[in-house]
Amino acid sequence: MRVAVLRFPGSNCDQDAFFSLRDDMGFGAEYVWHEETSLRGFDAVFIPGGFSYGDYLRCGAMASRAPIMTEVARFAEEGRPVIGACNGFQILCEAGLLEGALLLNAGQKFVCRSVELKAINRSSLWTRGVDRNLQIPIAHGEGRFVCDEFTLARLQDEDRIAFRYVGASPNGSVDNIAGIVNRKGNVLGLMPHPERATRTVLGNKDGRLILQALALVAA
Amino acid sequence: MPLVRVYVTLKPQLLDSAGRTVTGALQKLGFPEVKETRIGKLIELQIDEVDEARVKEMCDKLLANPVIEDYRIES
Repeated sequence: MRVAVLRFPGSNCDQDAFFSLRDDMGFGAEYVWHEETSLRGFDAVFIPGGFSYGDYLRCGAMASRAPIMTEVARFAEEGRPVIGACNGFQILCEAGLLEGALLLNAGQKFVCRSVELKAINRSSLWTRGVDRNLQIPIAHGEGRFVCDEFTLARLQDEDRIAFRYVGASPNGSVDNIAGIVNRKGNVLGLMPHPERATRTVLGNKDGRLILQALALVAA
Repeated sequence: MPLVRVYVTLKPQLLDSAGRTVTGALQKLGFPEVKETRIGKLIELQIDEVDEARVKEMCDKLLANPVIEDYRIES
């Protein structure tokens, strides 16, 4: 299992993802610069958090048009695993690989704490191994998931809500959505950071339940 | 060189949380008549030759996100 950890100017969770995937999860991991155009030799893609392009224009907007994203779209179309956490989720939405968009938190503040997540979809590549609620850190100012009512109904009907926040929403997301998957279930976008919760010394390993999905994917 | 202005605004049904903060600040500064503030973007483009269809294409491809925003072109 070789995972491409994408890097854009302004990515800042790329090393967290890299060390989590390599040292904690035991996968092969390699950085891929946003100007690259090929994912040849990789079995999965991790789009990390941060402030790609300084969040200019809209969070994720500039990164979603970077050369590597054309290849990520092709890779995703083949049904291969792609995960975007935080800014990675924003990038996937801006790229049109997932529906909706992320806006400034309803409570205006940047929220940095651990949240409880409930897996709603239990059949996708990413969520089928999540057999209990998870505690995962969030750290974002723009995490309010929004979409129109038709899109929301479709996400619900097609069982594509991957995770909901348990209890009060930290950011005002519609339907308390923390993450969604695409129709095939191979692309997951979520605001929480599973890569920050895979190591005993950090006090929480719940993120493993999400990232371990890659161990079940044939490389 | 011709100047094109693109106004990008958050869709009216979406909460503008930055705008809400500004409303609160204005009220505290002694402007209680302000009931709502909505913050948008003004993008100024210097263009060789104005072709409105192409400016619209720029908006659809990058400058605005149709999921959350509306835009208006002024040339």
